[in-house]
Amino acid sequence: MAGAHPFDRVRPALAPLARETSIAHGVLVFAIEPANLLALVRRLKDEFGFDLFLDVTAVDWLGQTPRFEVVWHFYSTQHKVRVRVKTRVAEADPTVDSLVALYGSARFMERECHEMYGIAFRGNADLRPILLYEGFVGHPLRKDYPKQHEQPLVPYRAAE
Amino acid sequence: MKMDRKTIPIAHEKSGAFEFISTKKDELIGWARKFSLFPYPFVTACCAMEFMAVSGTPYDTDRFGAALPRFSPRQSDLLMVVGTITHKQAPILLKVWEQMCEPKWVLAFGACATSGGFYQNYAALPGIDKIIPVDVYVPGCPPRPEMVIDGIMQLQDKIARQRHPILTKDF
Amino acid sequence: MDMKLPNPIRPAFTTPQRDDTVIVNIGPSHPATHGTIQIVTELDGERVVRVDVHCGYLHRGFEKECEDHTWHNLIPYVDRLNYCSGLINDFAYCDAVETLMGVEITRRCKLLRTLLAEYSRVADHLTCVAAALMELGAMTAFLYLVTIRDAIYEHLADLTGARVTYSYGRIGGLARDLPDGWLERLEQILGQFDEFVGRVHGLMDRNRIFIERMRDVGVISTADAINWGYTGPILRSTGVPRDLRKDTPYLAYAELDFDVPVGIKGDNYDRYYVRMREMDESIYMIRQLIDLLRETEGQPICVDDRRCTLPPKQLVYREIESLINHFKLIMEGPRVPAGDCYVAHEAANGELGFYIVSDGSGTPYKVHVRSPSFVHMGGAHRMLEGYQLADIVPTFGSINMIGGECDR
Repeated sequence: MAGAHPFDRVRPALAPLARETSIAHGVLVFAIEPANLLALVRRLKDEFGFDLFLDVTAVDWLGQTPRFEVVWHFYSTQHKVRVRVKTRVAEADPTVDSLVALYGSARFMERECHEMYGIAFRGNADLRPILLYEGFVGHPLRKDYPKQHEQPLVPYRAAE
Repeated sequence: MKMDRKTIPIAHEKSGAFEFISTKKDELIGWARKFSLFPYPFVTACCAMEFMAVSGTPYDTDRFGAALPRFSPRQSDLLMVVGTITHKQAPILLKVWEQMCEPKWVLAFGACATSGGFYQNYAALPGIDKIIPVDVYVPGCPPRPEMVIDGIMQLQDKIARQRHPILTKDF
Repeated sequence: MDMKLPNPIRPAFTTPQRDDTVIVNIGPSHPATHGTIQIVTELDGERVVRVDVHCGYLHRGFEKECEDHTWHNLIPYVDRLNYCSGLINDFAYCDAVETLMGVEITRRCKLLRTLLAEYSRVADHLTCVAAALMELGAMTAFLYLVTIRDAIYEHLADLTGARVTYSYGRIGGLARDLPDGWLERLEQILGQFDEFVGRVHGLMDRNRIFIERMRDVGVISTADAINWGYTGPILRSTGVPRDLRKDTPYLAYAELDFDVPVGIKGDNYDRYYVRMREMDESIYMIRQLIDLLRETEGQPICVDDRRCTLPPKQLVYREIESLINHFKLIMEGPRVPAGDCYVAHEAANGELGFYIVSDGSGTPYKVHVRSPSFVHMGGAHRMLEGYQLADIVPTFGSINMIGGECDR
């Protein structure tokens, strides 16, 4: 395409903050250490115009250490490209920084990631269950949570 | 063994005339109730699309007297559970059902309300009959509007055949 | 029964801030909270002071189901995300898997998917507008729109077999090709559409009551909308023409001529009008696609790639290779190379993204849906606070929260 691709500016500028960078299926991917998250995202938002925070989720690599991989996606409405940021956290302390100070939409999405995987978001004061209910024990999307383990709120009736 | 009146258990004696008036009264009340159902559409998921379609003009539940939804459980008599009920929603469903006054009927609309559908996991209630009694099950994912109308008609037959005590427990 | 029922949520506030405010709970079983949303509001008379939105009452464990089924078996689950426009979800998911597999769909499939995606978008907007108008009391408009939507459903049932949840997309193509006469009937329906929607325009656009209830209600600014993650018609109603079909074209959108309607203020009236205009644009795109499709008559609908496409039945019954291929595709699922990928389409509500992670087998390791409705619920309080209690109803209707997509 004519002109420089936005990734040509973003990738070299932010590569020092990441362990490795790559481009996968049209998305620029940064694999970082958890401590660099806020610095990287702040620069993505302020300097490079990634104003839309799309998503945060986690992947449970049961059997590997560190066990959880937290994945963020960002989109730039000006440059129309996407960026993925990934990091790994251990099962013993699955804590990452929260992005609520930068993006309002992080509030709900971090709540979901927390209740499904148990990832703690430092700085998000409101980590109540959002899709699950009060009294639900466990994190269902973890690989060691059995799919059919139900925790009914209302006891079942006797069969007639 | 000779069957005489002492060995046949009867709660109390009723005359033939009483039985006749009672059944005629049941038929009349049953006819009135079946043609004036006030559904409470407890709508959650995709079946809502078919619920809107069956209430709309091509299929029209108004022909059966069952079109006018009442969004207060006190004012309705047919609880149509439309869509998946999750464990989070179960207390709300039970509360709404308990708040409805007699006579009340429950129609399980769709596969998820009937049995949990294909969501057999930690989140979905495997059928609403685990928590409330159901009168008619309309399977389908989602059921075609014709199936819903068939379900309503079967419910109407059930109402017509039922006893409708209005003054005392026997009459 | 005497037992006290448990409360499934913990509201953010339970005591009013001031002496003269009261806390009122709306939902989750409420006619105006489409689907199931609970809104705990603090009211000062009729004015909404604070709002705490709770979703999750339709959380059906979609992502957990994904880890138990093959890539193909998930297509019915994916349909039931945004159930108003089931085909868009099908195609977005299939596109994600095809991207990760490196499968390129055929031209006819591309055109047909685009046409059906726009057709589904029309059905979704019809549902949203119909429900929103019914909440305001415009029952006639609701009945008009539901009638035309029913014609669309029956027409799609001719093609896919189902009215609402189609399961029509396949990895590498579609389930089957168009039956005879389908495009002719489509043109008839487009004509009927113009007539019915014209009546609704006549009833609502200049209606004094409608304008009083919708104009300047539920206003959101562009900066706020982007901060809270809004995409789709809500973002466009604030004035920015952001649309993935134009910005990052996928399927056949690059070849089509269409506009992106935008609003002025970001209020409810703009959202209503943006959706009505988007339906017109979709109809225009469908008309262009009908001509393009007629040119590809007779071309294959599924890509000829044994990694994902089922072989034709005649071969399955005769050749051992096709039999084994079919068997493996059904029992183990198509093998998707290890890796991850994020693909987003412009669904009726905004950016619908699928983030899929594969470990190289025929069963997904993880499928995550970036659902527009869920993110929109996060920012809904910005449009509800400061307005009146009765404004919650049209504002909520204009956000078009779809429970299946929001709670997954």
